[in-house]
Amino acid sequence: MSDFAMPSLGADMESGTVVEWLVKPGAQVHKGDVIAVVETHKGAIEVEIFDEGVIEELLVAEGEEVPVGAVLARLTKAGEAGTPEVRAVEEVHPEPEPEPEREPEPSPEPFRPAPSERAKVSPAARRRAAERGIDADRLRGTGIDGSVTLADVEAASPGAASEEPRPRATKVKRGFDPVQMRKGIAAAMSRSKREIPHYYLTTTIDMSVAQVWLREYNAARDPDERLLPAVLTLRAAALALKEVPQLNGFWQEDAFAPSEAIHIGWAISLRGGGLIAPAIRDVDKLSIADLMRALKDVVARARSGGLRSSEMTDATFTITSLGERSAESVGGIIYPPQVGILGLGSIVERPWVIDGAVVPRPLATASLAADHRASDGHVGGQFLSTFARLMQEPPKP
Amino acid sequence: MTSGEMTPDAIRKLAIDALSDIAPDTDPATLRGDEDIREALDIDSMDFLNFVTALHKKTGVAIPEEDYPRLFTLDGVANYLGGK
Repeated sequence: MSDFAMPSLGADMESGTVVEWLVKPGAQVHKGDVIAVVETHKGAIEVEIFDEGVIEELLVAEGEEVPVGAVLARLTKAGEAGTPEVRAVEEVHPEPEPEPEREPEPSPEPFRPAPSERAKVSPAARRRAAERGIDADRLRGTGIDGSVTLADVEAASPGAASEEPRPRATKVKRGFDPVQMRKGIAAAMSRSKREIPHYYLTTTIDMSVAQVWLREYNAARDPDERLLPAVLTLRAAALALKEVPQLNGFWQEDAFAPSEAIHIGWAISLRGGGLIAPAIRDVDKLSIADLMRALKDVVARARSGGLRSSEMTDATFTITSLGERSAESVGGIIYPPQVGILGLGSIVERPWVIDGAVVPRPLATASLAADHRASDGHVGGQFLSTFARLMQEPPKP
Repeated sequence: MTSGEMTPDAIRKLAIDALSDIAPDTDPATLRGDEDIREALDIDSMDFLNFVTALHKKTGVAIPEEDYPRLFTLDGVANYLGGK
């Protein structure tokens, strides 16, 4: 027998509410299966199991909030003499036991979009469907990632003519509670600044080669295959971490524990206030097109709900990129127990000196905040200069 | 039907529906025609790419990157797609 406990989905989580069980007692489960949806301050997270076996019983009812470490379900492990047919349902387990901190998953897997038991439905589509008495989960999605969109709901509406007066959009509930998320960010960032002696380095990168490369790549493609500059940032950072592995991993028990895998947390700001940095796995092993798909997938799920528990805990390094129309540089705060965060400012056109002449160039300021317990400025400088070089060497098309 | 045969109102509705899917917690129906969509709805580059992708899928117009600035307002979208 083994216990399936409420996981800690980050340094800042104390409890979670089981909103939906996706398995019943007697169900066969495999490593990586999503078995429950848990509401946290980061929104609804799909929780995976890391054991193989048969679910014996569910100990927490849907809607119940329990602390991290509380036992949610018991299962008979594969190979054990389990008797799921005659399981003892009268047995009660009131004592939640603390779960030891789970090690990040070491096995690299190629990117695949997270499978979901339920149809992906955009919140706007779900709302419109509810207004029209349609079950959105049963519609076939034609959206960017196969999700059910407003148009699908319109098409399924009885008498679905576009002339129908459209109900004015109203504010819908977001997938996360902004007040709770604020508390979570406050707890994690306070811990970081209290415990981690940050050091900071910055460098300026000429982005013209990357921009030309992207323009040419995208000119030949339909919008759904085009890339964003973010994928070049992710790629260059992952390759730089391979060359300078002292920044990829965790500070644990007063020592740096390097990670073989390179899972990069990508900071995503949520409309209405909020921030989440789910992991994109094995960034160094993905092709540029797969990396774009992985980024799209994780951003869409961060915003609409449906991130998986492993994505909340696996990141070995983080990138915060301010994007367009923002500030020129950012000094990041490390997400513990990681030991580094790379920050990218908006690209701005500025004078730059090439061969003794001043010319206008698109420039970006890259910054590194790193944990001085785990590395010194010399290592950080190596990482940043490697990153800057790789940003100017885009992949061969 | 090509987008050039759509009325400006139909294109506007198409754009608003696409934006509702991308930014479901905003109210794109209240956008003024000349308002910068990105500023008003806090649209980032990923959202904008999804917007262009949706417009492309619904109208078949290629929308090369250099034309993106013409899609920053609802009036711009109506003019651009209405002329294709």
